Amino acid sequence: MASPLAQFEIKTLIPLQLGEYDISFTNSSLFMGLTVIAIMIFMIGGMRKSAMVPGRWQLSVEMCYEFVANMLQDAAGREARKYFPFIFTLFMFILFANLMGMIPYLGFTVTSHIAVTFAMAGFVFVGVTLIGLAKHGFKFFKLFVPEGAPLALMPLLVVIELVSYLSRPISLSVRLFANMVAGHTMLKVFGGFVVALGVLGVVPFVFIVALTGLELLVACLQAYVFAILTCMYLNDALHLH
Amino acid sequence: MEVEAAKMIGAGLACSALIGAGIGIGNIFGSYVSAAIRNPAAAGPVFGRAMLGFALAEATGLFGLVIAFIILFG
Repeated sequence: MASPLAQFEIKTLIPLQLGEYDISFTNSSLFMGLTVIAIMIFMIGGMRKSAMVPGRWQLSVEMCYEFVANMLQDAAGREARKYFPFIFTLFMFILFANLMGMIPYLGFTVTSHIAVTFAMAGFVFVGVTLIGLAKHGFKFFKLFVPEGAPLALMPLLVVIELVSYLSRPISLSVRLFANMVAGHTMLKVFGGFVVALGVLGVVPFVFIVALTGLELLVACLQAYVFAILTCMYLNDALHLH
Repeated sequence: MEVEAAKMIGAGLACSALIGAGIGIGNIFGSYVSAAIRNPAAAGPVFGRAMLGFALAEATGLFGLVIAFIILFG
């Protein structure tokens, strides 16, 4: 039987070479493309008629929109409304990528690779820092100085705040990637138990059904967590605590 | 001790990060249930935050798993 980690292997579909860089079209790229296509079908198909009284499909599209809009407004205030397209894209991409990974046999989880999640988290981090610097200028660095703290503790606190700020992209990306890897590995390990135990394999099989439900929850939850943490970082940059 | 054996033990020890994650998740949902019983009207709005806390607490345990993978395969 294949190793539980074999499902995360990246396979080259169309080999491409640009200078000394390998830019081959892989199964990861394929699933990123499929994710975007699925989102487009979902969004455009749902809003094609845009009836006054929405049907089921249109309602689910509107629910996604309103969910992210409310989340952004609650977490980062009215000024953050102009960053809504970015947050919405991020949320939908992660949500659909996670859910596409849950398709049995065919699914490949794009977000189970730290290269993908770190790219997203890195863009969020750099973007948020630039927004903060552009809005507040030099005052942005007040973010690292906690208010009302005793002066003697200041050097220590500033260092702690700085380290926690710089570790944001790492924790943001590792959270998503580790959740996806752990969930899919666990499903695979329990799948191995079903085969190995024969008739008694019914017990782990029932467990696997419950775990799949949990994984679907985690897939949605991680997209939500990624999006809401981005909103909170944006809030820090816009309002400086 | 052989390096291979030490790696295995290290990877196993890295999984003890789950102790903290387990305590955290239990704490979050325990607090959520007791809050929901005291004030059932607040149960709905607080549930989203409970889920956020759950995801954050769970992730810290998974950081340990990543360390275990790095030890085993890195």
